[in-house]
Amino acid sequence: MPRLSVWLVRSALCYLGIGALAGAVLLVNRGVFLGERVGSLRPIHVEFLLVGWTLQLALGVAFWILPRFRAGSERGREGFAWLSYVLLNAGVLAVALGQAFGLPPAVLLLGHIAEALAAAVFALHAWPRLKAFGTGH
Amino acid sequence: MLYLIAALALSVLMQSGLSARVPLLGVLWPTYLHLLVVGWLTQLIFGVAFWMFPKHPSAPPRGSDRLGWTCFVLLNLGLAIRVVAEPLQALGRPSVALLVASAVAQLIAAWAFVANTWPRVRER
Repeated sequence: MPRLSVWLVRSALCYLGIGALAGAVLLVNRGVFLGERVGSLRPIHVEFLLVGWTLQLALGVAFWILPRFRAGSERGREGFAWLSYVLLNAGVLAVALGQAFGLPPAVLLLGHIAEALAAAVFALHAWPRLKAFGTGH
Repeated sequence: MLYLIAALALSVLMQSGLSARVPLLGVLWPTYLHLLVVGWLTQLIFGVAFWMFPKHPSAPPRGSDRLGWTCFVLLNLGLAIRVVAEPLQALGRPSVALLVASAVAQLIAAWAFVANTWPRVRER
């Protein structure tokens, strides 16, 4: 597994562990009132599991397993994929923590922009690797 | 696959207009969501990751089988309990012990997956 995939997948596993913990506390809170602040765990639960875990894992596996090039750098423009990793994690943290702690709306907006840019730059990386068997270089 | 079918069938029932006559259908949104996202998507990811992530050079190649099975059993047990307990709670029939059991089972399942998978995610 290439280094970036290790970072993406291990980061995803961290989000899974924390997001599942937040979910467990929220579920218990449905039966036993644990405190008023518990509700603020919801955005952490949702954002960490949907984007931090599921999406990030998909990017990590895609970077590892998509068709490679026979000439030049075997995974193409890796810089875009690294930039995507940084943007995605900055975005997840900004959106989740911004909502949980009631940070200014600009933080949420920047977080969503970072996530959208992460998707765009990962697409720039992956697009040339999406080719039928026996075609391309 | 069973969870996917169950979740989508549930979504049909929830949208069918029956919820006015069947109060249970009005409180099943979280159940539907978790059947889809935990029962199908997460479990599919766990299964595929267990199968295709890099294997250990020394035995056992896929980490601890016991931890893998623990994850499988607890995830499904926790979700099954949730499917019963969450609607009951929403309909005013306290199910605290079941909710706690479900939460703990699903949490341990997720952590078991992380513990078993982490050493297999490595550079080659």
